[in-house]
Amino acid sequence: MFRNQYDSDVTVWSPQGRLHQVEYAMEAVKLGSATVGLKNKEFAVLIALKRAVSELSAYQKKIIPIDEHLGISISGLTADARMLSRFMRTECLNHKYAHDAPMPVGRLIGLVGNKMQICTQRYDKRPLGVGLLVAGYDDQGPHIYQTCPSANFFDCRAMAIGARSQSARTYLEKHLTEFADCELQDLVAHGLRALRDTLPNEVDLNNKNVSIAIVGPKTPLKICEEAELSRFLALVEGEERRGGASLAVGDILPDDQPPRDRPDRPDRPEPIPALKEGFRLKISDYKISM
Amino acid sequence: MAFMGDIMNPAPLWQNGPSPGAFYNFPGNSSTFGPGNHSAQEFRAHSANPITTTTTVIGLKFDKGIVIAADTLGSYGSLARFRDCPRVMKVNDLILLGSGGDYADFQYLKDIIEQKIIDEKCVGDGLLLKPRSLYCWLTRVLYNKRSKMDPLWNNYIVAGIQDGEPFLGAVDKLGTAYEDAAIATGLGAYMATPLLREAVDKGNLDEETAKALVRKCMEVLFYRDARAFQRYQLGVVTAEGVVIDDVAEIKHDWTLAHMIHMK
Repeated sequence: MFRNQYDSDVTVWSPQGRLHQVEYAMEAVKLGSATVGLKNKEFAVLIALKRAVSELSAYQKKIIPIDEHLGISISGLTADARMLSRFMRTECLNHKYAHDAPMPVGRLIGLVGNKMQICTQRYDKRPLGVGLLVAGYDDQGPHIYQTCPSANFFDCRAMAIGARSQSARTYLEKHLTEFADCELQDLVAHGLRALRDTLPNEVDLNNKNVSIAIVGPKTPLKICEEAELSRFLALVEGEERRGGASLAVGDILPDDQPPRDRPDRPDRPEPIPALKEGFRLKISDYKISM
Repeated sequence: MAFMGDIMNPAPLWQNGPSPGAFYNFPGNSSTFGPGNHSAQEFRAHSANPITTTTTVIGLKFDKGIVIAADTLGSYGSLARFRDCPRVMKVNDLILLGSGGDYADFQYLKDIIEQKIIDEKCVGDGLLLKPRSLYCWLTRVLYNKRSKMDPLWNNYIVAGIQDGEPFLGAVDKLGTAYEDAAIATGLGAYMATPLLREAVDKGNLDEETAKALVRKCMEVLFYRDARAFQRYQLGVVTAEGVVIDDVAEIKHDWTLAHMIHMK
């Protein structure tokens, strides 16, 4: 099944200048549960919403520690994230072995970006279907980075990725100016409120489905235990939830639409490639699945 | 029937093979590269002995930084062969590096370090290599080379500012490394270290005192070390950055020489 004519390979351009396979991979990030990253002047914090596959299973881990000063939160294909996290751990260890110092966060992200780019440019590979939020601390202070399957990466003051994350981003944008100077506790509370805005009305945050990681000066990456989680969750408990369903519905629509080539110009049909029908590759008949 | 060979006088079976009871061992087979198959001479045939050599490097820590000095002579055995071999090197605004031992090996590693700094500048994130990182990196490189039985025949002194504090460390050709407030390599280890240690133990060294003491040591070494030279470089690294002075010359005076009699 083709969604359109030009998505048969990663390397195939559409006449509008888009790479559909890369855009499909970007969609995979939106299938994972939401995760939020934000920082003040000292600390970088990751907050993730965990999902359980069934009532019988444990919640899927969302935050992966990389090094003492660095951790990632994932959304998308877990297997691809594990591959990336192994790569990042190796790079951090090698840097520490050779230079007796922790890997600068920006440098590591540069390496990850280069690694992720390669597979967007080769017909025998596929883009990684995972987005990362990276929280790290180095000589230049705290960092939050976002990486995409398109191999773009962004240095952020705050960011949210994953399912229905637009609501969280809306919250973060609204309060962006408050983050830099607030206390760690308030920072985590902001993150929790942002994450809560991605939830449907009948669900709430609890110490089973939330994961928090904190890193800062003289504070090696810490993934909070249950007791501490409850303490943080108490900060936002009972508050009135903004947005809720009405906002969330609004943002699902653009997220759920598959990329289409020129969807708004029915008067100009898509050009037909100079190939006979029988020559068309059928490779993309398989779908990237969770 | 020529293609059948000489039927009447067949070649012996198993020709060109190993002799009975022996293993195959073709020339160029990887097993011939093992350490067991080489004599000490063959190892030396790599670069396992120094050719153009340089002598002492001195490093001394003072309250706000480090001073490093080394003369500019490249010796060819006992021959004073090259008289302009600078070996005090500015790595970046935080690090000063001095080298003693084989000059070619120093030049080789100097190029690699310079490329490392260029690569870092190309990243353009404003981060600078720190002295302790270079010190650790040198340890790894030198130990790796010695493990290949092909050491870089150098002593390195790494001086710099590590997170605002002065740092001074030495690495030798085996990758052995240590930090100290006063370091001298080569013959200087015997003749300069006592002078330097005395001053360090008294404490409260400032930049001018430290520079004067190092200059004194270079003079002592010039008189007593037959591989030393009257021209030397002196570099200082502080939080303000790295400064390597123009080559200085010792005003030597041998009027006492006739009073020294070797028994």
